[in-house]
Parts: sequence; C-alpha cells; structure tokens
Amino acid sequence: MKNFKGKVLFLDRSDINTDEIIPARYLTEVTKEALKPFLLEDLELDGFNQKSDIVENSVIITRDNFGCGSSREHAPWALEMNDINVVIAEGFARIFRQNMYNCGMLAISLKKNVIDQIFEKYSTKTTTVSVDLTKSIISIEADGKTEEIPFSISEFDKDLVKAGGWLNFADEKY
Amino acid sequence: MGKTIAEKIFEAHTVDTQSGGISVLKLDAVFCHEITTPVAINDLVSKGKDRVFDNTKIKAVVDHVTPSKDSKTAEQAKILRDWARRHDIKDFFDIGKNGVCHAIFPENGFSRPGYTIIMGDSHTCTHGAFGAFAAGVGTTDLQVGILKGICTFKTPETIKINVTGQKQEGVYAKDIILSIIKLLTVNGATNKVIEFTGNVISQMTMEERMTVCNMAIEAGGTVGICYPDMTTVEYLWPFIKEEFKTKEDALKDYSKWISDSDATYAQVIEFDASKVVPVATVGFKPDQVETIESLKGTKVDQVYIGSCTNGRIEDLREAAAVIKGKKVNKFVRAIVSPASPKTYNMALKEGLLEIFDEAGFCVTNPTCGACLGMSNGVLANGEVCASTTNRNFAGRMGKGGMVHLMSPASAAAAAITGTITLAKEIK
Ligand code: SF4
Repeated sequence: MKNFKGKVLFLDRSDINTDEIIPARYLTEVTKEALKPFLLEDLELDGFNQKSDIVENSVIITRDNFGCGSSREHAPWALEMNDINVVIAEGFARIFRQNMYNCGMLAISLKKNVIDQIFEKYSTKTTTVSVDLTKSIISIEADGKTEEIPFSISEFDKDLVKAGGWLNFADEKY
Repeated sequence: MGKTIAEKIFEAHTVDTQSGGISVLKLDAVFCHEITTPVAINDLVSKGKDRVFDNTKIKAVVDHVTPSKDSKTAEQAKILRDWARRHDIKDFFDIGKNGVCHAIFPENGFSRPGYTIIMGDSHTCTHGAFGAFAAGVGTTDLQVGILKGICTFKTPETIKINVTGQKQEGVYAKDIILSIIKLLTVNGATNKVIEFTGNVISQMTMEERMTVCNMAIEAGGTVGICYPDMTTVEYLWPFIKEEFKTKEDALKDYSKWISDSDATYAQVIEFDASKVVPVATVGFKPDQVETIESLKGTKVDQVYIGSCTNGRIEDLREAAAVIKGKKVNKFVRAIVSPASPKTYNMALKEGLLEIFDEAGFCVTNPTCGACLGMSNGVLANGEVCASTTNRNFAGRMGKGGMVHLMSPASAAAAAITGTITLAKEIK
C-alpha cells in the first residue's frame, strides 16, 4: 500500500480540472516520472505557489468537483510522483475518482459542512493528515492537537487500494 | 418497475458485482488513441501483460497529433502502431485514413445501440447518441479493458432532459447543449447518465445528437444517451444490413434499448428549445454561457472549426453557408479541420473546401490537436479563439489562451468580422 499521511496542501477552489492538474502539453510524456515537475503548473490560485507548495506536502484538501474535465490518468500520476496519494474533497469528478482508486490511491469525499470546517480551522496552519484505512478514519493534526473524522469507503475500493490498483485486482480475479 | 436504457444495458452486460453498488461490465468495444493508450501499452508490457482480449473489438486511431509534430509525438504514434500490428488489431486508422476518434468510429459503424464502450478519452460519451453506454475512462481502466474486456461502473442514476419545442432559426445543436450545460452546471450530472429525449432530439440527425451527447461530460455526466430510432437505423444501415432483413426489423430489435415509461429518474428536466438563442461560453468553465448578442464585438485572434463536437459534415456545411463569398478578417487566423477523411472528401465534393479556401481559411487534415493545445492551431499567451470545440478551460488551446465555445455558424461569423458576431448578421 502507498503512504497515506503527510502535510496538507489546501486548495481553496471548486472545479479544479485535470488540465490544471497536468496540462495537455505534457501528455506526450510516456513515463510517469517525467510528469513530476509539472503538477498543478497551470493552477492560478491566490496564495498557491507551484514551486514551493508541492515539495513539502503529501495530502491535498480541496472543495468540490476536483479533477473534472479530461480523463487523463496523468493527473493521479503527477500527484503520485510528488508523493501525494490522498485527496480529500467535497466531491470528485467520476473519472478522476475512479482513476485514483484504480492506481491504489485515495480520493475521499466528506460532506460540505465538514470540508468548510476543516478549511476554517486548519487552512492557515501547518496541518498533517493521516488516513487509517482499516478504521476509515482521517486524523487531522495541527498545533499539537488531533481531531478524528470518519469517512466512508466501500470494501471494493479498499480492496483496490490494498491490491495496489485495479489492474492487479482484475487480472487475478477475472 | 420500469428500467432506464442505462439500467437495461447494465443488466445485459453485468458479469459480477462488487460492494458500493459497483457492476463489472462486459465490454462490446474498447476504443484507443495515441495520447492515452501508449502509456497503457508500455505499462502492460513492463508488467508482462501485453495481451488483448479481442482484436476485433479493440479499435485504434492516431488522431490528436497527426502527422506527428516532433520526436515525442512520433514515439507515441509508433507505440500504438507497433502494438496494433503486434496484436493484429483489425481496425487501426493511421495517416491517410485517420480522423478524430469520436467521428471516425461512429462513421465506421462501431457504435451501436445497447453497446458498452470505453475509451481513454472523456468525450467517449459522444457514442451515446447511438443508444450506447459509452464512457471515458483513465489509463488503468483502459488497460483492464484491453486485457480483459471488462470495466467497473457504479450503477448510475439518470437525469432525463426532455428537449421540446421548436428551435428558432439560426439555433444549432451546439447552442442547445451549451444552454443545457449552463442549466446543469459543470458538476450537475456528476456520476449520472443524461438521457436526452423529446421531439427536438428525435428530429435531430445523428451528427447533431453526437454534438449533444459529446458535451454530457462538461456537466460531469458519465454518459449522454439518446434512444435509438429510425434515424439511428438509417445511419447504421450499411453496417447492419447483413444482420437484419429490413430496417423495420432492426428498429424492432433496437427498441429494447429504450427506457420504460415507468422508469425511475434522479431528475426529469423539461427543456424548452424554443427559448434557446445562439450562445457562446465566457471565462474558463463550460457552464459560463452567454448569448452571442451580449458578447458582440469581442475580439478574436483565431477561429477554429473542427473537433469531436463540431467537425462533421453538417458542421462544415453550416459554417460554409455563412462564409460563402466572404473573406476572413485580416487579423484573424481561421482554421478548419474536417473530423474524418469521409467528412473531408464529402466537403471536397460538395465544394465546401473551396469556399473555406477562397475565404482564406487554412484547411487541415483530419485531426484535433488544436482543441487541447497540442498541434495545428495552438494559441499564444493572451490570445482569444472562437472555437467549435467543447472545453474552454484556462490554457486549454495553449498556455495563456482563452476560448469561446460556440456553434460552427457563430465561429464562421467571427472569422469574417474578427469579433463575436451573430451569424444572421453576416450579409
Ligand atoms: S476534439 Fe478535443 S475533446 Fe475531442 S477528442 Fe480531440 S482533443 Fe479531445
């Protein structure tokens, strides 16, 4: 299984699309590694600095409809190559969400009011998140205090994450 | 209780179920292009899984950057080409025969009522025009599709949009779908199937239905879908005439892929097409839609007519009708990319290419690289394009560029005046 903990990058906007996550001009790359420097290169968001904000962080917390647009799995790969294996949001575009689990990564949806509260409490602080998949609990830590937030995930999605993705799972089972 | 068309297709294709409402579906077709498939191929090779489930059900095309523009894109095309040869993929379309995936695959009869289709391309929803459950997927789903002929989907809920009324003159399928997306918003149909029904849809040609279904994903929809009818049968007839004795027989058979009248919907929307006027997008989200009237005078640097949304023969006819006998504004670069060789040849025979040529358009080979800023019409920083494509995301057609999505007629009008213009005002 992948690493599901680390410092949080807050992206305070809905509808961040996969062109913003990894622009089409990099789709000519045929290895995942080559995508690493270009994650979120076209995202223009107040307070977000592509050069410094990605290296430090391993978890993204954002608003609604993250990953809309193009089906490119390059988006999860660009995250993965930067050791970001968890995205927590109010909601995801279907294909992006499926791509994340297919890669053995986590796209966790929380209710709007929970996401609102997280932004309110933590977005200006250095925050760490760790995900306990067995218990389906997210632990959020800042200023030495920890808060636990439950989330729901299907057994099948857990299986995919444990198997390291859908390809291994499908080739064994079907 | 009645079922929707999507539920019926699911029922007929489910080979297994998983927790979380997941169905594992058997696939009738897996479509591939050279941007998202080479990574899948390389990964399968590196894992010792370089196999294909059925070389007649996998269809492949080099379409986004063709002819290749540099070593990297040449390599992508080569990976796909070598793989297609290695596995004897029966339908592989390369230079001279290639065109935009969502135009040439339907044109060759590969999209049929009741089919399940996936492709590593979000606009795969286009094929729902034929009454197919056709969805875009990422690379891993594509790999498993290629390897095993299966894909997982959550049993989707359906939003039915009943498009009724009488279209005003000068209003096209693109204006209708843009107006619907404005209503739904970019997230309004996420994880849902959008069923397009009503008299306006049933009067549409297959080309128009493809334009409508193509943009379902811009509202987040998994699939956009129309009921198969005689128009569908007529379109498919050259490919199915061995299968059925008469067109009526085909229609009867395909009628099993129509939603029951007592099916359950997440939402039913009555949409009055009589109120729709020519529109275009503003900003960087496809649900930001305004009337052409209100945008009149907005300067454009480039006009692009083509893509999987609006690069088919009817679109070219529509644009040529506006352009005929006129000249492209001297500050505008106008590009038209017929979406397939068939479209190109028809346009040639009908004299449309001559009209474009004489007006000062650049007519390219069938390809769609401009749409995603890869080739054949990339924008420079700060430039504006009036485009018949489907996405206006920031930088989509080139870093720093901005795109106004609109119908081919509106784009043609913009080419003549150099600004956003109502097509009917071109005299
Ligand atoms: S025309 Fe645009 S949206 Fe359609 S397949 Fe090509 S790049 Fe994708």
